[in-house]
Amino acid sequence: MTTDTRPVRPRRTTRQPSRLVTNLVLIVGAAATALPFFWMIFSALKPRSEAVAYPPRLLPAEPTLEFVRYLFTTLDFGRYLVNTLVVVAIGFVGLLLMAMAGYAFAKFQFRGRGLLFALVLSTMMIPVQVTMIPTYLILARIGLTNTLVGIALPTLVSAFSIFLFRQFMTTIPDEVLEAARIDGAGEIRIFLSLVLPMSGPILAVQTVLTFIAGWNSFLWPLVIAGDQSRYTLSVGLALLNQQVATNPSLQMAGAAVMVVPILVVFVIFQRYIVQGFTLSGLK
Amino acid sequence: MTVLAPPRLQAPPVTRPSRRHRGGWVPYAFVAPAMVVLVAFAVLPILVAGVVSTTDMDISGLADPSSVSFVGLENYRRLVADPQFWNALRTTGAFTVVGVPVIVVASLAVALLLHRSGGRLASTLRAFYFLPAITAIVAVALVWGYLYNSQFGLLNYLLSLVGLGPVPWLSDPTWARFSVGLVAVWRATGLNIIIFLAALQGIPHEYDEAAQLDGATELQRTRRITVPLLRFAIFFVTVTTVISWLQFFDEPYVLTQGGPNDATTSISLYIYEQGFRYNQFGFASAGSLVLFVIIAVVTVVQLRLRGSDDH
Repeated sequence: MTTDTRPVRPRRTTRQPSRLVTNLVLIVGAAATALPFFWMIFSALKPRSEAVAYPPRLLPAEPTLEFVRYLFTTLDFGRYLVNTLVVVAIGFVGLLLMAMAGYAFAKFQFRGRGLLFALVLSTMMIPVQVTMIPTYLILARIGLTNTLVGIALPTLVSAFSIFLFRQFMTTIPDEVLEAARIDGAGEIRIFLSLVLPMSGPILAVQTVLTFIAGWNSFLWPLVIAGDQSRYTLSVGLALLNQQVATNPSLQMAGAAVMVVPILVVFVIFQRYIVQGFTLSGLK
Repeated sequence: MTVLAPPRLQAPPVTRPSRRHRGGWVPYAFVAPAMVVLVAFAVLPILVAGVVSTTDMDISGLADPSSVSFVGLENYRRLVADPQFWNALRTTGAFTVVGVPVIVVASLAVALLLHRSGGRLASTLRAFYFLPAITAIVAVALVWGYLYNSQFGLLNYLLSLVGLGPVPWLSDPTWARFSVGLVAVWRATGLNIIIFLAALQGIPHEYDEAAQLDGATELQRTRRITVPLLRFAIFFVTVTTVISWLQFFDEPYVLTQGGPNDATTSISLYIYEQGFRYNQFGFASAGSLVLFVIIAVVTVVQLRLRGSDDH
């Protein structure tokens, strides 16, 4: 037996059990983290009597979709869903604006570029509590309170997204753009049919994040939506919050309607989200 | 706490400006729409907040601007004299002091374990840990409110199985702080775990292998090699976590509305209540600017400390 192989070999065997412990700890932690989600979904399927029963049982004995139906028939969740999708769609307009700005910062030389980009970055430090009241006053002044556009506008453009677009788009070779210009392509066409297709990964990340942010947004819908016809899912759900003691099944059904689509989007696009944080230069 | 957009972490790659295209008016046209929105909803509000904070603007002033009058620094004087403001400040401070280490240590620990485990299982579990970060706060409030419920809540039932409880999760002031803090920690760790994992992937294997050949145990390697190499990520997560605790709002707003007895009223919640429940826009703007200054000072101090640590 030679001494130089010794440090590696025996270690392998002693490491096996501790790897098992690592995985066990991780599984228990993940289960505890996900417990509220399982509890939400199972409770959404319980009749009311089971949801308020003590001791509680994890699985519904007589599963029912009664309360999911109730949300969309008796309550107005269908409308809230449409409103939420409209807010999300307006968010995608913002995505286009941010991609355009990122492209200009990355690929053009123009007077005031450094100053404007510094301005963009500095807005990242402004907390929402400071802008909340003034933004409300500004929206009231231009008559956009109680509109879906008013709900989407304050968060339409994020400095961080512009920054990410810029970071990614600097990697597009100048030669490609120059060649297109020499071929006589217009600037808008270059952007739409050359730059955007070459920015696939960053667009994927931003699309997922924009969807999640718009779908989940709560503060602005709460402040801006005055009457029920403008409510989004999150505001409609907040109304259910006021009946905590009365009907947990209905509340969990509402929460599930809000959360399950996000879970699906997340599971499908998970790797892009992780990639997004790697792209941001976090190594 | 909301998912924070991490600020820029590295200097942007240096590109040769000479190769950039001079497009005349074109770049301005591309930048303008986004800049207009950004100026209208980020830059202009700061200026408006400054002006409004020196007035007695309220809901009637909104309808009829001529009824608003200039009051100088009166709002700031009232703020300093308000015991509720100081209470909210102390509460926020307590949450920050306890919450920051908990979040940083918990997410670092999970990230190290996930990294060590590697493979398919780890990437599946990673998704579980990340889920709370992308869940709507209103849904979080409903589900946790149900879990915490004193009559038929799951948590008290689980505690009773091991002979503990019942715990007054949201009705006792001290427990209420713990309960909203727990939800905040649950929501905040996912994003930080992803950040630490990205950083861990950037560490070359050679360091670890060299130390292993020298006979260092795994715990020693983690403490003396991995964690020090994560210094920048730890610093970044600490700074963003401090900021998000200083802005702590969502969890107490939806779970306790600041109660019981203002035990969970953070400074952000206090400002929101003054502004949108009592419609004192001028007074609330003064409070929000004070919060802004506190956040800016705390962040700059941390950046300075970090700077001196490097030399």
